[in-house]
Amino acid sequence: MTKRGSALSRGSGSRPRVAVVIFPGSNCDRDALAAVEAVGGEPVPVWHAGRDLAGCGAVILPGGFSYGDYLRAGAMAAHSPVMAAVRRHAEDGKPVLGICNGFQMLLEMGLLPGAMLMNRTLRFICREVHLRVERDDLPLLAHLRRGQVLRLPVAHKEGNWFASPDVVRKLEDEGAVALRYCTPSGELAAAANPNGALNAIAGLVNAAGNVLGMMPHPERRVRSLLGGEDGAAIVRGVVEAA
Amino acid sequence: MQVEVRVKLKQQVLDPQGEAIRRVLSGLGYAEVEQVRVGKLMLLEVAGKEEKAVRARVEEACREVLSNPIIEEFEVRFP
Repeated sequence: MTKRGSALSRGSGSRPRVAVVIFPGSNCDRDALAAVEAVGGEPVPVWHAGRDLAGCGAVILPGGFSYGDYLRAGAMAAHSPVMAAVRRHAEDGKPVLGICNGFQMLLEMGLLPGAMLMNRTLRFICREVHLRVERDDLPLLAHLRRGQVLRLPVAHKEGNWFASPDVVRKLEDEGAVALRYCTPSGELAAAANPNGALNAIAGLVNAAGNVLGMMPHPERRVRSLLGGEDGAAIVRGVVEAA
Repeated sequence: MQVEVRVKLKQQVLDPQGEAIRRVLSGLGYAEVEQVRVGKLMLLEVAGKEEKAVRARVEEACREVLSNPIIEEFEVRFP
């Protein structure tokens, strides 16, 4: 693994290589690639039918509607050929970021706990939300501060995160919640939760801290020209952990 | 042989879609409809002769991909 990684990165400078996996129906892959580039990484598009991650040190599963969201959002993509490599990568403790549909894939793969239900409103929600940062002690979240409020867009119909009460309790005890929907001042409120997710959960990390899934789109907010830079800190965390 | 797979949300999982349908029905005068749950019906055409073996395979597929055990339960039937 290390051998192949170093062989492939030879001659590409010292920028950390970050794979962005492209599925049929992905539509945020270009944004993710551009965001990686914007914060100093080397973006590497990886087609879902491949078997490896081209020696990349980190992986982003981008948003979109892989396989048309058929069956359940992310369910088909979770079984794409490249996902065996993504699973190994995650289990080796290397960084993985799943954004929106990518988060749904991580849930379907069991790399993160819970499942997504249809939004409480039954509507596709496309707007900006506020998020309270709950963890800042992991490499992926190194550029955030606990309690900080981020403003990022969401765009989904299945973002209503669900798990059984005992699982929710366990996750809260373990500090698995990375991001929560909140008011602009960082308070939790029913009205600030766009989709009905339990405990206002917008982002989760696994126990090892190397797999982050989030419904909001950090890759859409890496330049002020495009509405804000709050997402850059998260993408930078991925690039630097690669 | 034909195999029917029914996937539905577990009873303890809220079904906002079913609830919206219930409200529409209620508004149309079907007030006696007290609950609606929306699920999926899949009809599989499976090569095989022995029902027991086919059932085992289809149930395996249900657990692996056709349903999500966190929120859904499934039923395999031979119509």
